Amino acid sequence: MTDLSTSETKPETIPMHMTSGSAIIESSELGKGKTVRTPDKENRPVRVKARDVSVFYGPKQALFDVSIDIPAKAVTAFIGPSGCGKSTFLRCLNRMNDTIEGCRVTGQIELDGSDIHDRDLDVVELRARVGMVFQKPNPFPKSIFENVAYGPKIHGLARSKSELEGIVESSLRRASLWEEVKDRLHEPGTGLSGGQQQRLCIARAIAVSPEVILMDEPCSALDPIATAKIEELIDELKQNFTIVIVTHSMQQAARVSQRTAFFHLGNLVEEGPTDTIFTSPKEKRTQDYITGRFG
Amino acid sequence: MADHFAAVLNPPSDGSAERLARIRAGLKSRHAREWRFRAYGIAATAAAIAFVVILFAMIFAKGLPAFWQAKMDLDVFFDPAIVKVEPKPVQQEGQSAADYRKAVLDWERAVTLVNWNRVIEAAVRAKAPGFQIDTRQVLTVVETNERFVLRDMFVENPGLLGQTVPVRMLASANVDNWLKGTIDRSLPDAQQQLRDQARGLADQLYADGTIGMRFAWNIFVNVDSRSAPAAAGLAGAFVGSLYMMLVVILLSVPIGVMAAIYLEEFASKGRITDFIEVNINNLAAVPSIVFGVFGAAVFINWFHLPLSAPIVGGLVLTLMTLPTIIIATRASLRAVPPSLRAAALGLGASRTQMVFHHVLPVTFPGIMTATIIGVAHAIGETAPLLLIGMNAFVASVPATPFDQSAALPVQIYLWQGNENRNFFEARTSAAIIVLLALMLSLNAMAIYLRRRLERRM
Ligand SMILES: Nc1ncnc2c1ncn2[C@@H]1O[C@H](COP(=O)(O)OP(=O)(O)O)[C@@H](O)[C@H]1O
Ligand SMILES: [Mg+2]
Repeated sequence: MTDLSTSETKPETIPMHMTSGSAIIESSELGKGKTVRTPDKENRPVRVKARDVSVFYGPKQALFDVSIDIPAKAVTAFIGPSGCGKSTFLRCLNRMNDTIEGCRVTGQIELDGSDIHDRDLDVVELRARVGMVFQKPNPFPKSIFENVAYGPKIHGLARSKSELEGIVESSLRRASLWEEVKDRLHEPGTGLSGGQQQRLCIARAIAVSPEVILMDEPCSALDPIATAKIEELIDELKQNFTIVIVTHSMQQAARVSQRTAFFHLGNLVEEGPTDTIFTSPKEKRTQDYITGRFG
Repeated sequence: MADHFAAVLNPPSDGSAERLARIRAGLKSRHAREWRFRAYGIAATAAAIAFVVILFAMIFAKGLPAFWQAKMDLDVFFDPAIVKVEPKPVQQEGQSAADYRKAVLDWERAVTLVNWNRVIEAAVRAKAPGFQIDTRQVLTVVETNERFVLRDMFVENPGLLGQTVPVRMLASANVDNWLKGTIDRSLPDAQQQLRDQARGLADQLYADGTIGMRFAWNIFVNVDSRSAPAAAGLAGAFVGSLYMMLVVILLSVPIGVMAAIYLEEFASKGRITDFIEVNINNLAAVPSIVFGVFGAAVFINWFHLPLSAPIVGGLVLTLMTLPTIIIATRASLRAVPPSLRAAALGLGASRTQMVFHHVLPVTFPGIMTATIIGVAHAIGETAPLLLIGMNAFVASVPATPFDQSAALPVQIYLWQGNENRNFFEARTSAAIIVLLALMLSLNAMAIYLRRRLERRM
C-alpha cells in the first residue's frame, strides 16, 4: 500500500497569491511543504497529506494518483462532476473504503505525519480521529442523547455519566442544535427535521473530538435554509477542526472553503486557494467546469 | 430551459383538439384494462379467503361438538358390601418405613381388586329404577376408565366407605355417538355399537338430565387412551409439542441468527459464501420427511437418544427450521440501510459493535417474526416425527424432553386413523383446533411483540 515514501522534512511554506485576478498563479508544489497557505493568508500546518493515491473498485480504477495537502483548521472543498471520485477520495481519508467489498487503495496518506495504513494504527482509532458526516442525514434510530453519546461511549471518553452529559451538551451546542433539542433529548433522533438531523450527525461526529471532519455533500438533501445553517456551522467549526467537504455546489465551495480541489474523471486536476480556483484557474478543464460548461 | 417553460405555459393551440381526441380514445381501453386487473385481483383474493373459510368452517363444524361430551351425574354409594377392604394401614410404632410402605401398597392392591364395576352399576341403576337391563349392558353406558377414577378417589380418601357422593362420570364413546346422532339410529340392532337395552337406558338418562353434554375438560387434562376412548385427551401430546418447541427455539434461534450474522456481516463474499448460500436455500427446500430419516439415523442410531422423545423431535425440527431462520434473518439484515452501518463505522465502531449496537436492534422484530413463524411451522410438522417413533402410543405426560411422548400433529394423525371412526372424527378435529389455537397464539404473539418493538424504536 505504501508504494511511495515521503521524505518531506523541509519546513517550507507554499507560496501563494491570494488576490483574485492575480497574474501569477501559485503552484502548490506538492511534496515540498509542511504548511499550506489559505486565503486568509495564514500558513497552516498540513494535517492530512496524500501522495499518489489510487483507488480500484475490483478491476476498475476510480481514482488516479491523487496527491494533496490538506491544511489544519480550515475548510477544504472537493468539487467536480458527479462520479469523478470525490467521495471515493474522501473515504480514503478515514479508510471507509475498507468497508467496501472489492475496493483497493494504493498510495500513501498521512495524518499528522503518520501513515494511516500503518499496521500499528488501528482503523477504529483512525475513525475516532477522522470523523465523517454523510450525504443523507443518518442518525441512529435511537434518542438524540444516545446518538451523540454513542461515540464517546464506545471510545471510553467519558468517565462518568455527568461527564458524558457534558460532552453531549457541548457537542450539541457546537452543532448549534442545543437550543432546539434540549427539552427532548430522549426523543428519537429520526424525528427531527432533515436539517436538524444533519446537525445532529455533525454533533455526533464532533462528540469524539476528531481532528478532521469529512463531509460528503452534507447539504445535498437539505433545503436552502437548513443549508445556510450548516454552512454557518462549518464556518464556526473550522476554528477547531480540519474540515474536508465534498460539494456539488460551486457556490457552496466558494462560500465555505479556504482551499478547493477540482476532480475530474478520477484525477485531481487542480487544487489551490479557493479564490484562485474560482477566479483564475490554471487548467482549462477547471475553467470549463466552474463556468458551467460541463458537469 | 427557457424554451421548455415556454412550451409548458403556452401549449400549441393548433391540433390540440385532435390530440385530446386521441387521448380520450385510448382512455376507454385503459380504464377497461385497469378494471379487468382489479377484477382478477379481487377474484384471487376471494378464492384464497374462500379456501381458508371453508377449511376453518369444516374443522370447527366437526371439532367444536367434541368439546362437549356425554357425561352422567351419578350418586355413588361406596357400599361396604362391595368395597370389602381393611381400613387403610397407619404407621405402627416401631414399624420401619419400608414395612409401612409395603403395607400401604398391599392395601392399595386390595382396593384395586374391589369390583368397582358393581359400584358403578349400582349407581347407574339407582338413576333408572326398574329399568330392565343386564349388568353387561349397564356397564357399556359408562366409560371403562371410571372404575379407576373411583378407586383413586377411595385411595385418596378411605373415609368415603359407607357414604354416598355425587360423581360426574364420562359416558362411553358409544353413548356419546348415540346421543349426538353420529351413528344412524335406524340401523338394525346388529349393526349398532350399543345393544338395544343400553340405547334405551342412554335415551332415558339423557331425557331425565342424568346424562348431559358437558364441557370436555378431559381433552385437555387426560392423556391418550385406547381402552377408554371417551377419556382420551391431548395433555401428553400438548406437553410433548411444547417441549419440542422449546428445543427448537433454544437451538435454532441462536444458531440460525449467529450463522446469518456471520454470513451477512463478517464473511467476505466469494465462492464459498455463495456455495453456502445455495446450500442453505436447498436445505430449506428439502422435504421434511428427509429430515426425519436423517434424525433417525443420526440422533437415534448414532447418538442413541431415546425413541419417541421430544428432544429428538426438537432436534429434527431444529434442522428443519434453521434454514428458514437463517434466510429470514439474512433478509432482514440486508434490509438494514447501508447508511446505518456507515454511521456506526464512521464513528469508529468496530464491526461487532456495529452489528450488536445498531444492526441487530433494528432487525430484531424481523428475526423474531421469522422465528415464531418458523417455530409455528415446525410444531405442525408430522412426517419427520413418524420416523423417529413419535407415532408410538404413549399414554403419559412426559416429565422431561427425554421421556417418551406424543406430539399434537402426530396425535391428530393417530386419532384420524382410530378404528372408532365416528367418535374420533370429531375428536381429531378438536385436536386440530387445539393445534391451530396454539399456532395462532404464537403468531399473535409475533405480531404483538413486533408492534411493541417497533414502537419502542
Ligand atoms: N462501491 C462502489 N463500487 C464500485 N464502483 C464505485 C463504488 N463507489 C463508487 N464507484 C465508482 O467510482 C467512481 C467515483 O465515484 P464517487 O467517488 O462516488 O464519485 P463522486 O462522489 O465524485 O460523485 C464512479 O465511477 C463510481 O461508479
Ligand atoms: Mg459522491
